[in-house]
Amino acid sequence: MQFMLLFSRQGKLRLQKWYVPLSDKEKKKITRELVQTVLARKPKMCSFLEWRDLKVVYKRYASLYFCCAIEEQDNELITLEIIHRYVELLDKYFGSVCELDIIFNFEKAYFILDEFLLGGEAQETSKKTVLKAIEQADLLQEVRPHHLESYPDYDCCHKEALLEVKLVLEHN
Amino acid sequence: MPAVSKGDGMRGLAVFISDIRNCKSKEAEVKRINKELANIRSKFKGDKALDGYSKKKYVCKLLFIFLLGHDIDFGHMEAVNLLSSNKYTEKQIGYLFISVLVNSNSDLIRLINNGIKNDLTSRNPTFMNLALHCIANVGSREMAEAFASQIPSILVAGDTMDSVKQSAALCLLRLNRTSPDLVPMGEWTARVVHLLNDQHLGVVTAAASLITTLAQKSPEDFKTSISLAVARLSRIVTSASIDLQDYTYYFVAAPWLSVKLLRLLQCYTPPEDAALRSRLTECLETILNKAQEPPKSKKVQHSNAKNAVLFEAIALIIHHDSEPTLLVRACNQLGQFLQHRETNLRYLALESMCTLASSEFSHEAVKTHIDTVINALKTERDVSVRQRAVDLLYAMCDRSNAKQIVAEMLSYLENADYSIREEIVLKVAILAEKYAVDYTWYVDTILNLIRMAGDHVSEEVWYRVIQIVINRDEVQGYAAKTVFEALQAPACHENLVKVGGYILGEFGNLIAGDSRSSPLVQFDLLHSKFHLCSVPTRALLLSAYIKFINLFPEVKTTIQEVLRSDSQLRNADVELQQRAIEYLRLSCIASTDILATVLEEMPPFPERESSILAKLKRKKGPGILPDIDDTRWNGNGNVEHSESSSPSLMADLLPTNRPRPSSSSPTIVVRCTFVTVLVNSRFVCKNNGVIFENQLLQIGLKSEYRQNLGRIYVFFGNKTSTQFLSFSSSVSVEALTLRSPQLNIHAKAVDPTVEGGAQLQQILNIECVSDFTDAPVLDIQFRYGGALQNIAVKLPVMLNKFFQPTEMKSQDFFQRWKQLGVPQQEVQTIFKAKHPMDTDVTNAKILGFGVALLDGVDPNPANFVGSGVIHTKSTQVGCLLRLEPNAQAEMYRLTLRTSRESVSQRLCDLLSDQF
Repeated sequence: MQFMLLFSRQGKLRLQKWYVPLSDKEKKKITRELVQTVLARKPKMCSFLEWRDLKVVYKRYASLYFCCAIEEQDNELITLEIIHRYVELLDKYFGSVCELDIIFNFEKAYFILDEFLLGGEAQETSKKTVLKAIEQADLLQEVRPHHLESYPDYDCCHKEALLEVKLVLEHN
Repeated sequence: MPAVSKGDGMRGLAVFISDIRNCKSKEAEVKRINKELANIRSKFKGDKALDGYSKKKYVCKLLFIFLLGHDIDFGHMEAVNLLSSNKYTEKQIGYLFISVLVNSNSDLIRLINNGIKNDLTSRNPTFMNLALHCIANVGSREMAEAFASQIPSILVAGDTMDSVKQSAALCLLRLNRTSPDLVPMGEWTARVVHLLNDQHLGVVTAAASLITTLAQKSPEDFKTSISLAVARLSRIVTSASIDLQDYTYYFVAAPWLSVKLLRLLQCYTPPEDAALRSRLTECLETILNKAQEPPKSKKVQHSNAKNAVLFEAIALIIHHDSEPTLLVRACNQLGQFLQHRETNLRYLALESMCTLASSEFSHEAVKTHIDTVINALKTERDVSVRQRAVDLLYAMCDRSNAKQIVAEMLSYLENADYSIREEIVLKVAILAEKYAVDYTWYVDTILNLIRMAGDHVSEEVWYRVIQIVINRDEVQGYAAKTVFEALQAPACHENLVKVGGYILGEFGNLIAGDSRSSPLVQFDLLHSKFHLCSVPTRALLLSAYIKFINLFPEVKTTIQEVLRSDSQLRNADVELQQRAIEYLRLSCIASTDILATVLEEMPPFPERESSILAKLKRKKGPGILPDIDDTRWNGNGNVEHSESSSPSLMADLLPTNRPRPSSSSPTIVVRCTFVTVLVNSRFVCKNNGVIFENQLLQIGLKSEYRQNLGRIYVFFGNKTSTQFLSFSSSVSVEALTLRSPQLNIHAKAVDPTVEGGAQLQQILNIECVSDFTDAPVLDIQFRYGGALQNIAVKLPVMLNKFFQPTEMKSQDFFQRWKQLGVPQQEVQTIFKAKHPMDTDVTNAKILGFGVALLDGVDPNPANFVGSGVIHTKSTQVGCLLRLEPNAQAEMYRLTLRTSRESVSQRLCDLLSDQF
């Protein structure tokens, strides 16, 4: 995998992870182009598209798009499930995760991702093992992450749970 | 998992994030951010030492600001300080900041590396993991230099924790991708392979990626991984779904690991060991079988994971390309997916079938799905799926279905998305050419392309149709008729006008017999488009007009009128003006013969790979390509005007800037940037003289020959008072290279500058390998006052130059004459004298031709008899000749006998031109 981007329906970038060395300028350009391309696609279109010499795999969960760029020989479907497993991990950790969790606890989102994917490859696919690693780290920690009630503002569209909505979307 | 409790960790960060979210405008956001940046800066600069918590909080805020898209130019030092904190969360934030924000050339790298080093040696697995994650995330060269040798030992050490092994494996993978030269191979590589046997599936998962990357680079070193991978895969695919516990994903056993193992096996050919091979085949069959089983869950995750493994297995089957049964089964499976309700599966099936189509075992099986694929092209709502369908049709096309596929692609083109039109045009053009049985179909197809998608027809496509028409006599009349009809449309695309202009200019005569397409009608038709066209097209049309003057003398005055009009002669565009003036002048002064020679039909193009294919490949290439459409070809005919054309495009339509090799026309000098010169026959019998001269340059030469070797001294005289820059002169024997070279010519390099009034000398060494017909060409290029000049001069290197005269007695002569009595060995020609019949001149010419003049051999003293030997590297050819003048009739009879038919013919052609 070359990179993973999380962005909202409004096109706001929520998380970016690059597994190839690129300059900030290039990263911004790629992000802009890709966000535009993906947002322009209609709901029932397929989750894959060719983009430059890469394959882009994306999926929308409630208000958030998860978007990965993989190489020619990489497997699209397994990438789609990498995205899903990541969403599951976030969901389990935060408890019914929503976009706001990721905004206010972006560092946690990064830590979980690092436990799951490293160098663009799946490092540990067991949900239990990944969460145990994060949990252990939390035990070493004096404080806990913020959660919904503690977010100073309320914004219902960003509080939509990612996973439940996804299930609805799936069987439409 | 304990529920995440409420907490007030980094409360300030939450407040700040919330403030930003409440900003109503971009300006307000920037203002809030600047305020925060000022605050953080003052905290960092303040006298009071910050505690770890505050540092962490501020660094985290900076990170947030950076992720919003703002530049951050401070805080790095504080982040590095956090690395040495004993508190896990502080360390973690420090590493995160560095992973996201530090680029490799940072001067902090030494300090960062120091922090990493401490954590790597800490023996605290959580700290080690943080350090390894950081290396894997940054992956810089400096980090590779510092740690690449250390990580392998962490990876294979017996006492390393599983989670650290996993991080170490992928960390090494990243370093190997970015700085492979720094990752040392060694004793550890063998032990890494054995990680495929590890009990912990997480370790196997991470190691499988590393081993695949390493095996791609040095397959031999990792060959032992094949059997381990097959064994592991076999255990996974045969396991009950619960066996693997948490590594089972929606009832699919270890899908990620399975995909990785199948991918690893794609680094290799099928296993040689029969048992191993059959075990792998069993695995693949099991995977294919599972696809037919009813799903264990309705969740899309289940089917995705299962099919991910299936597609990877199919990729391996295609890669091996050795088991016809598996290939056909794979094809059938994909065939089912072509009609699946999931768009994703249809997309992937189309994609995967593309590669299957190129296997000889499954090509036919793929072809059976043609109707489904065509249907996909018509009904899929997603353009990216339709694109895959186009790709697959292209891949499955062969002679048997080409007409159907091309027709379907053409009809799709009419409604195709703009984004993929050009690619479809290229594909149609390639298929039409590749599988054309009759070229009328090809011509129709390309003209349809231009009609339907003119804007998307790149230059390569219309160049190519012209090349093909010129090279194939049988289609020329049809092409002329078809373009003539196509041009009747009231509005036709400019590309059609270009093709039309070119083809009618060359072959309009083939349809001129029909009064409906008489020369005047043709001309009027072309000219009716003229004013709507761009400059390059008009330039091409002007060339077509001058060609008309040659083809149809009856329209000469009409065309001269047009050329003479102010809108042409005083056109603001220099190129058009110049063409108009030159063509008008040419049509007025040149005799019919000269016109016929200058405006001769284009010679065939050398057959070579279509540049359309190259274009298609480029389209698929990475990144942004230079826009080659900027380079224009804007000429026509033997007379080429161009200053900026790229040579490769030029070469497409102008295989030769010089006349046909076999032609023996008089010297043509057309004043323009491209000059083409034929050497007339003056140089057959003499070796020195001026072979070319124009206002700028004079080229003279002196040559000497001995046996099969020759040397030519070429003198380039700059006739102007200005320097010639970038001067180059080279010899091409292009026309000769179709077979093995008959001439070897070595041209010494010359000085790139020729001062005004100065003379430059170049030495050419020539070796005659075998007898030849075509003369080599001297290509000269230089810059004069900013304009590039191209001159091509045929060098007077003819076969007779390699004569050695041989004296012999009358008796010997006749004896040999009789020996060469086979009909093919004799060539005779009778021709009219072009010059006064003077014995001394004739004597001199025959001597100049290179043979010895034999006196007293022929009973008739008026006749000339000569003999000599042609020396080539491979052989020597003896040669006798007899020239019989008939003064009353002003005729000659020339007879040549040599041991080689081709030599007799060539020498006869050369010599008969001299008298």
